[in-house]
Amino acid sequence: MADQTLNAEGLNCPLPIIKAKKALKGMSAGQILEVRATDPGSVADFAAFCKQTGNELMSSSSEGDIYRFEIKRA
Amino acid sequence: MLDTQNLDNAKSMSIIVTKGSLDWAYPPFILGTTAAAMDVEVTMFFTFYGLTLLKKDLNLKFTTLGNPAMEMPMMGMHMPMPNMMGMVPGVGAAAGKMMKNLIKKKGVASIEELREAAIESEVKMIGCQMTLDLFEYDRKDMIDEMEIGGAATYMEKALRSDINLFI
Repeated sequence: MADQTLNAEGLNCPLPIIKAKKALKGMSAGQILEVRATDPGSVADFAAFCKQTGNELMSSSSEGDIYRFEIKRA
Repeated sequence: MLDTQNLDNAKSMSIIVTKGSLDWAYPPFILGTTAAAMDVEVTMFFTFYGLTLLKKDLNLKFTTLGNPAMEMPMMGMHMPMPNMMGMVPGVGAAAGKMMKNLIKKKGVASIEELREAAIESEVKMIGCQMTLDLFEYDRKDMIDEMEIGGAATYMEKALRSDINLFI
């Protein structure tokens, strides 16, 4: 269950990443952020973002046109 | 805010921003804000036409001139924008308007929005003193977050950056 949800639907690169970073900043370690996006580039971008920042990408999935990411705050 | 200077694995990037048209403003601001979101310490050095991107009031335009590969999506097709069209009065303004509409429609951030994100994520933005003098810009017309510096200020940053870009 996510502690916070970010709706990044309709937003293009780099807005989903920038908004996710902003949301994560306001959360505490161990909390989970769910991001919903429609930008197909966000699949590779959230993987790279998490790898670099040390936040854990718990899941990356898609339902129709919506991409869903669960990120655990480091 | 993560204090990247105290981390051994902290990365840093510098970008020299030399162009101030709407299309050229995107790459430095997209990379700068994204790098900052990835905990990279970012310095952007605005010089020559790039310095206009630090004006309080942005009124960015773009031109078909010098963009020979440019095509605009239109009614399911792509319309080439020949260089020559840039010489026809009104075409530049129309192309700028078209581009801004497209940006909005596609959920692409505006430059204003990206610059705000850069400020929020503590991207260091240095305005070139020589350019201020050369083009007679008033410090009061530029955003408060702009620091002033010159080539040596840039070099000091660039020499210890992992990535240095010239855009």
